[in-house]
Amino acid sequence: MAQIFGKSSSSIARVSLVSGFFGFFVFWGVVYMIYWSSWTTAKGVPREQEVPFSHQHHVSGLGIDCRYCHTSVEKSSFAGIPPTETCMTCHSHVWTDAPMLAPERQSLATQQPLNWKRVNDLPDFVFFNHSIHVQKGIGCSTCHGPVNLMPLTWKAHSLYMRWCLDCHEAPEKQIRPRDQIYNMEWQPPPDQRERGLQLLKDYHISQQRLNQLRDCSMCHR
Amino acid sequence: MNRAEDRNIRIPFGNCPKVYRAINRWAIFGCPFGTPVNRSRSSILFAVLALATMLVGCRRDMFQQPYSKPLEPNDFFQDNHMASRPLVANTVARGHLNADQAFYTGKVGTNLVETFPFPITREVLEQGRERFDIYCSPCHGRTGEGNGMIVQRGYPPPPSYHIDRLRQAPVGHFYDVITQGYGIMYSYAQRVEPADRWAIAAYIRVLQKSREAKLAELPPAERAKLEEQK
Repeated sequence: MAQIFGKSSSSIARVSLVSGFFGFFVFWGVVYMIYWSSWTTAKGVPREQEVPFSHQHHVSGLGIDCRYCHTSVEKSSFAGIPPTETCMTCHSHVWTDAPMLAPERQSLATQQPLNWKRVNDLPDFVFFNHSIHVQKGIGCSTCHGPVNLMPLTWKAHSLYMRWCLDCHEAPEKQIRPRDQIYNMEWQPPPDQRERGLQLLKDYHISQQRLNQLRDCSMCHR
Repeated sequence: MNRAEDRNIRIPFGNCPKVYRAINRWAIFGCPFGTPVNRSRSSILFAVLALATMLVGCRRDMFQQPYSKPLEPNDFFQDNHMASRPLVANTVARGHLNADQAFYTGKVGTNLVETFPFPITREVLEQGRERFDIYCSPCHGRTGEGNGMIVQRGYPPPPSYHIDRLRQAPVGHFYDVITQGYGIMYSYAQRVEPADRWAIAAYIRVLQKSREAKLAELPPAERAKLEEQK
């Protein structure tokens, strides 16, 4: 019977043991980087739309409130994408022959809605409700980032479960007064922790509620 | 007499029997027993199967389940290719009977109503201010002079609220304009709920009053405050 292990086997075994040890970390390191990269999450990548709508121009430049277009954010699970009519409220008389608004005009003429592509789209196994978040002190920019500075709209966060839980496990870090919800420039003040705990009381979010925020069934219904 | 030592070959980790055995068993994935040939064949098979199960992770069925979210496109319906359906003609959505004509149209018969359909409190006015600032101020301006930011960018200016015609207009007029639109102003019925429209109408009255209130009309406490500042 031929020999199973030749003379070089010893070095091969040592090298493969060492490289196997480091390879394990390198492999999972690469997997981790790919998993959190914007290539996978689309975080920070502007999404192409039929009409290159600029939130920066409309929010920072003109001072239009989020709710002017996203009308159902306070009452519904869905914040609402504006119908063509909302755009045309102004654009029937402003920038009426701008080529970049041609799809808008066509949409109005043919009564076919524009095909806006969703930038922040949660998986279908997640239940999410906008209205409860804005009623209980979570502002737009907490999840959507500085939309008022986005010439084209992109996702500001990964929307991974770990990211959701960062806040669900400690909402006092992000919770704001009700009159600051739509303020895109709000930043947590230095004493946010104390203020946050007080706001939890003001919003009647009990310890029992806080525990429920960590339940699987809170979002996976 | 088949032991390696006896045949005088070097065995990797041969002087560490524990390590040697561990390598021998487990370094070849998943098949600790059997002859070496069988071992390598079955370990390749095992690795292929293991990778194949990982491919299952590429399926996105649970991310994109066969149900529709609001406003999603859906080719099942040929009229608008949307998942959201328009109301069938002559039906009334739950909670939208709108039987109270004065409340929902701002008119009784064809006459605009002169009074608010519910008591105007401070909360109503605060709500009215908030809604006015969101939906009206882009054109009408925060003070109602008709010089909002959109007007500054080229939209034809609306009339100021502080002209006699609008000072004397019944409140139903403002409600009706928000609901139906007026001139080149679009209807805001889809964006502002009826109660909020009344709140906005009330706040417009506040704006108008703010320009012509007399010192003598103020409650004594407020008046004292103002006179202090003089």
